[in-house]
Amino acid sequence: MSGMRAPSSILPLVLHEVSYAAGGRNVVDRVSFELAPGPRTVILGANGAGKSVLMRLMHGLLRPTSGEIVWGERDPDRLRQRQAMVFQRPVMLRRSALANVVYALKLARVADAEKIALAALEAVGLARLAQRPARVLSGGEQQRLALARAWSLRPQVLFLDEPTANLDPTATREIESAIAAVHAGGTKIVMTTHNLGQARRLGDEVLFIHQGRLVERSPVEQFFRQPASAEAAAFIKGELPWV
Amino acid sequence: MQDILESLRGAVALIFSADPVLGGIVLLSLKVSLSAVVFATLLGLPVGAAIAVGRFPGRHTIVVLLNALMGLPPVVVGLVVYLLLSRAGPLGELGLLFSPPAMVIAQTILILPIIAALCRQAVEDAWIEYQEQLRSLGAQGVRAALTLIWDIRFSLLTAVLAGLGRASAEVGAVMIVGGNIDGVTRVMTTAIALETSKGDLPLALSLGIVLITLVLLLNAAAFGLKEAAQRRYG
Amino acid sequence: MGLISRILLVLAFALPAHAQEKFITVASTTSTEQSGLFKHLLPVFEKKTGIQVRVVALGTGQALDMGRRGDADVVFVHARPLEEKFVAEGFGVRRFEVMYNDFVIVGPKSDPAKIAGGKDAVEALKKIMKTGSPFASRGDKSGTHFAEVELWKAAGVDIARDKGPWYRETGSGMGPTLNTASGMNAYSLTDRGTWLSFKNRGDLVIVVEGDQRLFNQYGVMLVNPAKHPHVKKEMGQAFVDWVISPAGQKTIAEYKIGGEQLFFPNARK
Repeated sequence: MSGMRAPSSILPLVLHEVSYAAGGRNVVDRVSFELAPGPRTVILGANGAGKSVLMRLMHGLLRPTSGEIVWGERDPDRLRQRQAMVFQRPVMLRRSALANVVYALKLARVADAEKIALAALEAVGLARLAQRPARVLSGGEQQRLALARAWSLRPQVLFLDEPTANLDPTATREIESAIAAVHAGGTKIVMTTHNLGQARRLGDEVLFIHQGRLVERSPVEQFFRQPASAEAAAFIKGELPWV
Repeated sequence: MQDILESLRGAVALIFSADPVLGGIVLLSLKVSLSAVVFATLLGLPVGAAIAVGRFPGRHTIVVLLNALMGLPPVVVGLVVYLLLSRAGPLGELGLLFSPPAMVIAQTILILPIIAALCRQAVEDAWIEYQEQLRSLGAQGVRAALTLIWDIRFSLLTAVLAGLGRASAEVGAVMIVGGNIDGVTRVMTTAIALETSKGDLPLALSLGIVLITLVLLLNAAAFGLKEAAQRRYG
Repeated sequence: MGLISRILLVLAFALPAHAQEKFITVASTTSTEQSGLFKHLLPVFEKKTGIQVRVVALGTGQALDMGRRGDADVVFVHARPLEEKFVAEGFGVRRFEVMYNDFVIVGPKSDPAKIAGGKDAVEALKKIMKTGSPFASRGDKSGTHFAEVELWKAAGVDIARDKGPWYRETGSGMGPTLNTASGMNAYSLTDRGTWLSFKNRGDLVIVVEGDQRLFNQYGVMLVNPAKHPHVKKEMGQAFVDWVISPAGQKTIAEYKIGGEQLFFPNARK
């Protein structure tokens, strides 16, 4: 199946002085960085720091008010097909779980959509719920379904915006292992989270956002043990006061 | 009170009498109003959805205008359509005046704003929920709108039923463009108006009860359909 | 999409085809239709000629207006000066007298104006105005309204100028006006036909009848094809001819309500 895709990579993703203004202020403020294939990137920051907006800018749902976002792939259609996003709250269509995944595949004009969709459901352990109306599934099941849907497209980059924020610990664990499996398959993970333990479990590097600015970027262990910036230190302390 | 009881008994008698004249009137009422609903939905649904997801200058004004047009007085619509279809008018050549198609045209115009405005509201609310996910998956423009419309089809059914209610209840438009011709353009509402003006109030009321029963049955059927489908699709 | 085309196809066949049927459109008045005459008269004509007659019943003014616009093939009303004007203006080919019925004055049994049993309609109206008794008028440019205004004129009253709060204009047909009169126990002028089939009389009874000036003449006219080429002139003329023919006149005379003849044929031989 991967033979049917264009072999070119959409990475690296380069952000250059990217800003996004809303309500008179820069919610994302002159952010610059480059994402390369490989490491799982976790974006950390307080509420309202601008993480979600940054994710949407990268994914292409928002356009920056200034600055540039440049991918390795110029063609917008091919670009869109090679990246996917899982939102904090999954949005499912009023049809079966399987049909939701098939819908995404048909949009991307993938052949054998039913077969691939079923395989994706199996991979996240939802095969037995394939014919159930997606909207009656539990929160955790719907999020797994969203993950299956995104992954079935075999994206090169998968964005996840607080994917387990609304889930209980069991469901969280299931999602985390699914994310691990996706990464193992070669997909680059870019994720925001509130859960510092999760960041440590799932991340290789951390981008720390404070009031819209990229304040620090370091490998994950280094970030937690020796944060370079005062804001990062305060943040870690605020989230984990016993540290 | 006597009148009402007499009319209730009259209504039951009418229904069970299987009177062919009444049957013809009921059938024509259904044909005209249902046709109007079909056409108004075919036109109004895309318009409402387009306004809901579109972003263009003057959008706000159009939304306000659309909502206001829901209150179009039927008699005014009838008058305008009459002037258009009259032999002395621009579309006189079509010879449509005083025929069921003319009544369908008038009712379609009347309920088009209702269906469009209510669809716009439903689509706009749903768009807020669905927009990011649909765009993320690569659904754009018409494709996204169609997916959305199909997903909220049961809410849209409510808009359609509102249009049907308005169409089957109005008398002003169909009276003027149809002429209430016996056996040709007489529908329930114009028949009721006629009997009222003849002073046969019990008969008029009986017909009214038959009409209300009909509309209730239609709505009940639609509701049942909605419930069954919701259980199936969630 | 397939479902929608199927629905449209079904509807296209369900709505009766328009142009193919043999029919004419006759503009007439609500009082004539509500008297039930057409239900009795038209089936005889349709059986003889196979032409369906579609009657649009409006007020006289509206019916003549329909003729002027060319929305009718034949006009059948009861307001002679207006009909003659219609022909003079070129909208009608020729006016034929068909039948007459009469108007009656109805009023409450209590008869506040003390006119019951009288034979003079003009005196009756004078008394109604003098006592300020409530009077319900159609006020809608109809033949009946026109006749009423003429009676006031004969009483030396310009009703448009001299009316008081006792004079209630409903702006509607004979039935609704009688409903109003019944509701407020008012006097009113009505054609006998509508009165005979009116069921909501309340306390109203006939108080004055038989005055020659209450005589109500009906005329029929073919709408002029010279002004409106699409007018169905052969079928329309067939209707006009039949209505004034001995057969048509006989059918008119045979129409009765409760054993009483409503219309008196008087077409010139």
